[in-house]
Amino acid sequence: MDFTLSKEHEMARALFKEFAEKEVKPLAQEVDETEVFPRETVEKMAKLGFLGIPVPKEYGGQGCDPLTYAMCVEELSKVCGTTGVIVSAHTSLCCDPIQTYGTEEQKQKYLIPLAKGEKLGAFGLTEPGAGTDAQGQQTKAVLDGDEWVLNGSKCFITNGKEADVYVIFAITGTVEKRGRMTKEISAFIVEKGTPGFTFGTKEKKMGIRGSSTYELIFTDCRIPKGNLLGQQGKGFGIAMHTLDGGRIGIASQALGLAEGALETTISYVKERKQFGRAIGAFQNTQFQLADMATKVQAAQLLVYKAAMAKATQKVYSVEAAMAKLYAAEVAMEVTTKAVQLHGGYGYIREYDVERMMRDAKITEIYEGTSEVQRMVISGALLK
Amino acid sequence: MKIVVCIKQVPDTKGGVKFNPDGTLDRGAMLTIMNPDDKAGLEAALRLKDQYGAEVTVVTMGLPKAEEVLREAMAMGADKGILVTDRVLGGADTWATSTTVAGAIRNLEYDLIITGRQAIDGDTAQVGPQISEHLDIPVISYAQDIKIEGDSVIVERQYEDRYHVVKAKMPCLITALSELNEPRYMTPGGIFDAYKQEITVWGRADLKDVDDSNLGLKGSPTKIAKASDKVRKGAGEKVALDPDESVSYIVDKLKVKHVI
Amino acid sequence: MNLEEYKGVYVFAQQVDNEISSIAFELLGKAKDLAKDLGTDVTAVLVGSGVKGLADQLAEYGADKVIVVDDPELKDYRTEPYAHALSSVINKYKPEIMLVGATAIGRDLGPRVSARVATGLTADCTVLEIGDFPLQAVPGQEQLHNQLLMTRPAFGGNTIATIACPYNRPQMATVRAGVMQKIDPIKGAKAVVEEFNPGFTPDNKYVEILEIVKSVAETVDIMDAKILVSGGRGVGSPENFKLLEDLAEVLGGTVSCSRAVVDSGWKPKDLQVGQTGKTVRPNVYFAIGISGAIQHVAGMEESDIIIAVNKDADAPIFDVADYGVVGDLNKIVPKLTEALKAEIAAAK
Repeated sequence: MDFTLSKEHEMARALFKEFAEKEVKPLAQEVDETEVFPRETVEKMAKLGFLGIPVPKEYGGQGCDPLTYAMCVEELSKVCGTTGVIVSAHTSLCCDPIQTYGTEEQKQKYLIPLAKGEKLGAFGLTEPGAGTDAQGQQTKAVLDGDEWVLNGSKCFITNGKEADVYVIFAITGTVEKRGRMTKEISAFIVEKGTPGFTFGTKEKKMGIRGSSTYELIFTDCRIPKGNLLGQQGKGFGIAMHTLDGGRIGIASQALGLAEGALETTISYVKERKQFGRAIGAFQNTQFQLADMATKVQAAQLLVYKAAMAKATQKVYSVEAAMAKLYAAEVAMEVTTKAVQLHGGYGYIREYDVERMMRDAKITEIYEGTSEVQRMVISGALLK
Repeated sequence: MKIVVCIKQVPDTKGGVKFNPDGTLDRGAMLTIMNPDDKAGLEAALRLKDQYGAEVTVVTMGLPKAEEVLREAMAMGADKGILVTDRVLGGADTWATSTTVAGAIRNLEYDLIITGRQAIDGDTAQVGPQISEHLDIPVISYAQDIKIEGDSVIVERQYEDRYHVVKAKMPCLITALSELNEPRYMTPGGIFDAYKQEITVWGRADLKDVDDSNLGLKGSPTKIAKASDKVRKGAGEKVALDPDESVSYIVDKLKVKHVI
Repeated sequence: MNLEEYKGVYVFAQQVDNEISSIAFELLGKAKDLAKDLGTDVTAVLVGSGVKGLADQLAEYGADKVIVVDDPELKDYRTEPYAHALSSVINKYKPEIMLVGATAIGRDLGPRVSARVATGLTADCTVLEIGDFPLQAVPGQEQLHNQLLMTRPAFGGNTIATIACPYNRPQMATVRAGVMQKIDPIKGAKAVVEEFNPGFTPDNKYVEILEIVKSVAETVDIMDAKILVSGGRGVGSPENFKLLEDLAEVLGGTVSCSRAVVDSGWKPKDLQVGQTGKTVRPNVYFAIGISGAIQHVAGMEESDIIIAVNKDADAPIFDVADYGVVGDLNKIVPKLTEALKAEIAAAK
């Protein structure tokens, strides 16, 4: 077992770090304050291939492994949680299902521009009445001749309105399963601008405030028959498998937030003086930092292990769930402690840890709450 | 068109200067980077490649570890990398370094050679012009803009208070300023591809038309008599006052020193 | 190479537009010291077109002899004809020491010439002296006397090295502008003037100058300023430099800046202080919103008085400042300007 990164991975990390420091960090506070989607940063990332890192080269991607992608989200999130989730939602939740389940035609039409970053992607599963309970879906799709007709709405959609391509889940019928009638869900690719596809309100959030979170509304929205993604009725499996990958992205975001808060705090406690000494000279500070650093390291190992599992295993649900559960909780704990070690300044917007703590909270909620992750893990244990 | 770019791996002195407890420079603790002027030279070459089509070969002389900057250059878009490394080349001054690099470049076809103006560790700005002398080709130092016109280059050559627009027939050597451009980032896929490529490694035996007496420490006309870490003037007073008090403080000092 | 054949201290007397550059006089001042230690004389090498008339000025600043290479090909600086001129002079006259200014011309000409005459060249020297090599006698190695010992900063100003060129001649150095002292000119001094033309035949190495574009003349060269008000990234915007300009005006000083400011496009390159900019040593140097990166410090630490204003109490500039003020420059600088105005008015 070798815990050292390859030279390629080290160099890729250095690249992401340099980009994050130079291009992303200077905007992080403003993006949070103004809640404006960082379009210019997305365009810069597109040019450098950051929006198609794990996508094969023949489909316009960089042909790198999931670990490289995870490190990209990690480094971006160290300085800006918003930028991290934009890349994660685009890559894991839109590129990945099209790459995995799409037809060759769909890949040519959608995956290539997505991976090149010419188009941005999003994913619509959650509905007002269907969060953790994905079976609670209400959005329906009915086949009418050569077209599917979508009706319903999705909520809390990351990259909403900013994205060009949406992977959307809808009910296409009911089937009998173990004597009970259950909803049959299918996945679709919907383009922005399709008549009947509109955007509802923009959510005002606690954190990741520059990421664009919208309600998607479908009113007799007609899409070509060929935009069914995967087989009809296999949507639930597609959604769950996609979220396994997405959780690695969110775990990386959480990890980055924790690391960013820890680094910021380490330099702060060296500078900040109280009672005539740098607060880093107090044992309480030292022990807090030791705990924070240890947990961050543990989270990184779980996240990297999950990323490697995605590269080598067909099923990696448990690895992804553990990585997300742990990294998200560590992110919340470490950012909270970082604020505490900053004292009053930590509560002021001018200090980055204030934003990091607000950004961290969502990682325990979206793409499966911590409770859902526990269900996934325990379900596998007790199978 | 064939372009050779000479690059160097240097310790990152910018912001990251580390000292040992005894005040000496801790070189081991400092990260290494591609020399900034060289990176600008590489970017200039890559832009010429984008614009006119060119094969870009990067050459570095150094320890085996210097392979890293070749990989970085290739991840940015360079086509080939050549590492010149040999124990007998160690300790070279600019004369011996330029002799070595010229000996390596004689094996290559080139229309243009681009080097950085100077490296941030030595700050001499000598190796580029000296390579051009060894190869008997024109040099244009301090380039702030480069264009190609037929078989010539047209370069804006910077001076303190002016610039010359200079035209030279290729082959020609240009030294690049970091102000020349904003170097591109690598791409993630480019990094992995760069590590899949072969790097050519040359030793002493591969250098063309070079005499042993001009190589390495022995072949260096300049000799270091003494090297030490610079003794700096100590810090003076430092005060943190409110703005009005700060102003009085400065005014007082200027009076005491008879500036006003 | 018979080292004994090489005699005399030579200076490349840089001229631009037939006006001798200040660096040439600085080099002559230093060359005089070195020549005295060696018991030899000082020769200036004047290269250009129609420059013979400038020889007297060189004499006034300490040249005993002036070798003039005058040719139409040498009108504006180009590497090849100038390198041919200087290396021909070296080959013919065999100087023991050849000093060149570390200017945009000298840092191009020096290396090309040194490679042509196959000798060493030490760049950007700040101290030149005559001494022994090795500095202390080492058993089994002959200690050579009367060597040129060339001291220069390296590693972005973090280290300093003293270098000799014991077995090759001439001993060549480029010297930073603003470091060596000119002598007070000796009015009416005359030098032996000798003309030499090695012949100039254009070949592939002669580049063609299509155009010469002069920068808009800045008011004062920051290297000549007695008071510099220097701004860094902390000034925040190009507009905010007005605060510094106002302060400079009250004190009769000049505004300069750090590299970050030039890189951001706020100020032109010729106002930049530091390793890759200019070395300055004014009577008073105000460092306003300058963090004090080592490269910057290398260009200003010789200033007589350094006053720093920076909101970051840990900024490295405070390590070199004589008087450091931790605070907001936006509040302090305008008040300081007003206070100084009042002081100066009161003193009149």
